[in-house]
Amino acid sequence: MTLIVHSAGPGVTVQDLGRPGYLAQGLSQGGAADRLALAEGAALLGQPIGNALEMAGFGGRFQTTIPLRIALSGAPMRATADGAPLAWNASHSLPAGATVDIGGASTGVYGYLTVGGTFDLPQHLGATSAHLAAGLGRVITNGDHLPISAKDGPSGLTLPVENRLEGGILRVLPSLQTDLFPQAERARFEAETFTRDARGNRMGLRVLPQTRGFGLDHGQTILSEVITPGDIQIPGDGAPYVLLAECQTTGGYPRIGTVLPCDLPRVAQAGPGAPLRFLFVTRVEALTAETAYRAHLDRLPRSAVPRVRNPADIPDLLSYTLISGVTAGDMP
Amino acid sequence: MSSQPFPSLASVGLDGLLVRFADHLSEPANRAALAFRAALERANIPQIEETSTSLVSTYVRFDPLHLPLERLEAQIKALLAGQDWYAAELPSGRRLIEIPTVYGTDLAPQLAEAARLAGMSEAEAITSLSSARTRVTTIGFAPGQPYLGTLPEPWDIPRQTGLTPKVPVGALVVAIRQFVLFSVSTPTGWRHIGQTAAQLFQPDAAEPFLLRPGDEVVFPAVPRDAFEALQADPMGGIRMRPL
Repeated sequence: MTLIVHSAGPGVTVQDLGRPGYLAQGLSQGGAADRLALAEGAALLGQPIGNALEMAGFGGRFQTTIPLRIALSGAPMRATADGAPLAWNASHSLPAGATVDIGGASTGVYGYLTVGGTFDLPQHLGATSAHLAAGLGRVITNGDHLPISAKDGPSGLTLPVENRLEGGILRVLPSLQTDLFPQAERARFEAETFTRDARGNRMGLRVLPQTRGFGLDHGQTILSEVITPGDIQIPGDGAPYVLLAECQTTGGYPRIGTVLPCDLPRVAQAGPGAPLRFLFVTRVEALTAETAYRAHLDRLPRSAVPRVRNPADIPDLLSYTLISGVTAGDMP
Repeated sequence: MSSQPFPSLASVGLDGLLVRFADHLSEPANRAALAFRAALERANIPQIEETSTSLVSTYVRFDPLHLPLERLEAQIKALLAGQDWYAAELPSGRRLIEIPTVYGTDLAPQLAEAARLAGMSEAEAITSLSSARTRVTTIGFAPGQPYLGTLPEPWDIPRQTGLTPKVPVGALVVAIRQFVLFSVSTPTGWRHIGQTAAQLFQPDAAEPFLLRPGDEVVFPAVPRDAFEALQADPMGGIRMRPL
């Protein structure tokens, strides 16, 4: 009842929806960097959202000791089971002993491996997810044995995904210090194309302007104030820092705006060099977007459908009886 | 109340509302924020998902699709009008906590720099900081991590422009007349002037968070060679008594 980790990339952790409710104690919610991918993984296995292995940039080699269903979602990574290709954004059934190899992400950052059932790990403050910034849990390393409570259910499903892996437009609401930025600077902020800096993790990521930064002269003396995921801090060097699930809970740098919750997967999944733009929207537009996002999440379980296999993915194609009653021409 | 700038309401992203009681740290505004949060928790409004406080503000996270911002604002304004929050009592159950601290040395390398900014010698800085009785004004940034104030006027020193890449757990740092005592190892823009053996966040303990807003804390100086013994003590040499 175990997933053996023969090798793991440097940023593999168990994630779920995190720990809401500890803001007053200084603990941010944490949980999956791309919550939509976590939901997609669960939908592909016909189960409620639980935990999954979150793989930052690179997966690893995993072996199941039992027959196991898995789903692969988020940033697509080259994946095989005992050498045979595994489709991404899909669920699969593996026999006991199967070895799954998951390589580097072709686009995006965070890939997810969900198991049919759950990784059966102890809860700390009500969740199994690692919150590295808080010292809760740890990264998965070579030789780990992850206990699994497996459950029967569907596999061989796929679902359509909206491309959120290559940057794009991030919708932004004004935040506590938006008014401190002159209108011309806010307009320049919207006109600028940023690229994701190599510096980035589950706490947040730095984005680099093509021209110059957005620093405020008096930015160093803002009173420390509550921070939420999506907040765009402008530190002294003027390069925006967009905060993610595992961010700190308070901070003293001015914030020019806050990315909508439904666009946070797009932030988290922007790989190094991916172009990002910010667009201020009205509260009405933001509520409409949030309503659509929640409706999309609600529909996910119904949009998982049986996968029509691509013949190129079937290594032993010739062993299949493709059309019954037809035989090779040279047979008697 | 509408003619006065505070308390004021500001939305925080899509799902947050902030009630600010001042634009700078003051003792009455800090008390107001703590008392107003307690009142909100008692009011038990179903679509409010979570509340917290910062130095002089109370934060409310709510479900914006089931509780329109305008309706929440009206509820909050009604609650605000109910009493003088700046005259509210401090939270009950407060404690006086002594956390032994090594100032300066290899453990806290920015004491000299901070003392210079405060216009003091290192010895004067240690006397000033170790005798200050501070109060936990808020818990935040990292789990169980207190902001403590208010230090004497000379300690109104700025944060650094750059970041110290990493300070250890238990680091005592100073800026803008406040201490922060770090519960995790982290980068910081504040200057590292003391080192403690305090473990502020123990997730599997019955009480995972050591400090609470309103607690009073002093950081008595201990010599460098006492530090290893403090580290060996599960409580880090900390003493605590009810106020």
